[in-house]
Amino acid sequence: MLAFIIRRFAQALFVVVAMVVIVFFGTNVVGDPVWMMVPGDATQEQVEEVRRAFGFDQPVYVQFFRFLADIAQGDFGRSYVHGGSAIRLILDRMPATLELAVVALIFAVIIGLPLGLFAGLKPDHPASRAIMAGSILGFSLPTFWVGLMLIMFFAVMLGWLPATGRGPVTTFLGIETSLHTLKGWQHIALPALNLALLKISLVIRLARSGTREASLQDYVKFARAKGLSPRRIVGVHILKNIMIPIVTVLGLEFGSLVAFSVVTETIFAWPGMGKLLLESIQRLDRPLVVAYVMVVVLLFVTINLIVDILYSALDPRVRLAGKSE
Amino acid sequence: MTLTRRSLALTAALLAGGLGLPAVSAVAQELKIGLSSEPSSADPHFHNLTPNNAVARHVFEPLIFMDEFQRLGFGLAQSWKVLDDLTWEFKLKANVKFHDGSPFTADDVIFTMNRVPNVPQSPAPKTSYVRGKTFEKVDDLTIRVKTAKPEPLMLNHLAQIEIMSAKAAANVTTQDLNAGKGTVGTGPYQFVEFVPGDRYVVKANAEHWGGKPRWERVTFRFLKSDPTRVAALLSGDVDIIENVPTADAARLSKDARVTVSSALSNRIIYLHMDRHREDSPFIKAKDGSAIKNPLNDLRVRKALSMALNRQAIVERIMENEAVSTGQLLPDTYAGTSKKIKIPAYDVDGARKLLTEAGLLPAGFKLTIHGPNGRYTNDTKIIEAVAQMFTRIGIETTVETLPPAVFFTRASTGGPNRTPEFSMILAGWSAGTGEPSDTLKALLGTFNPQAGTGAANRGRFSNAKMDELLAKALATVNDQQRNALLAEATEVAMEDVGIIPIFFPKNTWAAKKGLKVTARTDEYTLAMSVAR
Repeated sequence: MLAFIIRRFAQALFVVVAMVVIVFFGTNVVGDPVWMMVPGDATQEQVEEVRRAFGFDQPVYVQFFRFLADIAQGDFGRSYVHGGSAIRLILDRMPATLELAVVALIFAVIIGLPLGLFAGLKPDHPASRAIMAGSILGFSLPTFWVGLMLIMFFAVMLGWLPATGRGPVTTFLGIETSLHTLKGWQHIALPALNLALLKISLVIRLARSGTREASLQDYVKFARAKGLSPRRIVGVHILKNIMIPIVTVLGLEFGSLVAFSVVTETIFAWPGMGKLLLESIQRLDRPLVVAYVMVVVLLFVTINLIVDILYSALDPRVRLAGKSE
Repeated sequence: MTLTRRSLALTAALLAGGLGLPAVSAVAQELKIGLSSEPSSADPHFHNLTPNNAVARHVFEPLIFMDEFQRLGFGLAQSWKVLDDLTWEFKLKANVKFHDGSPFTADDVIFTMNRVPNVPQSPAPKTSYVRGKTFEKVDDLTIRVKTAKPEPLMLNHLAQIEIMSAKAAANVTTQDLNAGKGTVGTGPYQFVEFVPGDRYVVKANAEHWGGKPRWERVTFRFLKSDPTRVAALLSGDVDIIENVPTADAARLSKDARVTVSSALSNRIIYLHMDRHREDSPFIKAKDGSAIKNPLNDLRVRKALSMALNRQAIVERIMENEAVSTGQLLPDTYAGTSKKIKIPAYDVDGARKLLTEAGLLPAGFKLTIHGPNGRYTNDTKIIEAVAQMFTRIGIETTVETLPPAVFFTRASTGGPNRTPEFSMILAGWSAGTGEPSDTLKALLGTFNPQAGTGAANRGRFSNAKMDELLAKALATVNDQQRNALLAEATEVAMEDVGIIPIFFPKNTWAAKKGLKVTARTDEYTLAMSVAR
């Protein structure tokens, strides 16, 4: 187990280094960040001053070695635009994004799983057909459009929920969250639903196909013959067996929820790190983009690790030490 | 010149603008404002950017104020005197207190002016506003400014510098200021918090020298996405939004729940033409062979300007959220010319000029470059311009690029760091509220040592205009300077140094019952909001 974890982190380190090199040189090719920082009416003199102050007058490889030297001293770079530590800026916004992603994931499971189970158990029921048709819509409608429709309907027309932003934030056990208040839930409901839409559809489809497959298996027939209640058959035997692919997929999808919440965060003005990334790319704020990539790569690796561990808990045949390799 | 009378007029204008005059009955209330772009810092000297300056104006005040038309008036200065061409004296307002209770004195001014060029890691410092000026304290409420050469824009420059407290802001960093440490000014509102990505909050400063401000608490929310901002207003999340999308402005002004107000902005949208090459890389004969750069011929430049149906662009693309122009600033500004007319739309005239220049009937091929997403509807405007040029026989194609890429290549993408493109669409805003900066940067002969032509991406050069501008910049007398600036503008426009298209409008939308005084400088201020 320990060897497995260490090996995973060694791999992660390699990925981080590779990504940082790609992003560092990539952002340099795109354009000159000075033009994005100075005001439109800056004089040549001001532009040159800023260029010198940030070391952009040096060749790219010199800038890269400086960057490495700073990292060796524990300094991961300062945002050009905001001036503060880039990692700090991202970590400050991470709780908001994680909160949104977690709530979206919960929505995906509590909405998607029962619907998928139902559709799997009664595939010919008209409601099942409606659910499956709905899941196709969930896959194919663009997130930004759905987000705007949610705002138009629930916030502007009905006035039930606020259109934008995050509720009041409180700190609980060292974690900043807005989920302690009703207002917080009102704020998060629409963006989380919007972000979850695709995942709900995914869970419905996975749960449905899993259920249909499992309900024909011998152990289900045996349980039925033994006279177990349908509730127990579905709730324990089928559910436990269909959870493995769902947990795997959701684990991977959680990473993408965090990393690609950009659209939802922008539409709902959610103060998360996805929005920050988008702005940073537009402004060529290289240190922020590099730091973001580092954070997200680490996040992905950690999530995958947790999924692997969960996996072994759900299915005892899976062994992490990798004896069978 | 009687300075007192002029000062009085300025003060009156300023008060009418609503900057200094408090509401008679200030009811405790919160104002929520949706901004379209986010300030990068709460440090007023860190990043010279419109959203930063606008939020900073609530907490900090400069010596000189600009009203909604960017006319000058008194801020923390009570009067000024020009002692000679190189020396200015400013009397400071007495009995002004910082938010921490300490009095405002000349020491704070000196401290601020020393701080401005020394903000570490500043991506866009305000250094140029203090360069060449030496600030001296005469007594607690008098300062004297000595300049290396005559500085007619002294007041415009001082209007850009927010005064910080020598006591509270000593040794604080930009990060400290973002966190509220030392974010102490004399302004009508006190700093409460700045949450990047989310909001900037201030509360009323009951002790303000201009009286208690109108709003108890003001929250600025950062709502970058256009439809989101409009939805936030309609759903009541915010009371006011800035930068109303052109597509929504007409609809919102008909909505009974909303009041819309707008002002012409100090930004000009224009075309810049390649003037420094005999063979311009994006101009070719129709068969693809190289031709002599036709943009060096005045008749061609005139023809291009005549081929533009500015009114159609303003009506159809900008949905009337703009006004077409033939010069650099709206003529409500000082230093603009009353003589310059908007070039008439005349396809036949344009074709005739091209024929005279020997370019018709053969015609030629041209590519216009521009940013996508930097200015409102930028891509659509370039496409419309291309169609209009095609109509007079110039086969025009369009290439738009992300702003970061576009400005780099448009400024230094060619060989030896020269501008790369043959024709570009760009915008320019006149932060100083008069045309000298625009003339100097866009149309002045490119010369990095002299600081002229910084944004002259076409390398236009006209000796007569340079001379008039240099003369204007050495003239302290307002009237004489403005006449020179108007003349310089006329010369540059006659020579078609750039092709001006329009000034966009800055538009605000507010909940019914609130009134926003629209400003030309795009600042969204709680001080401009009345019930």
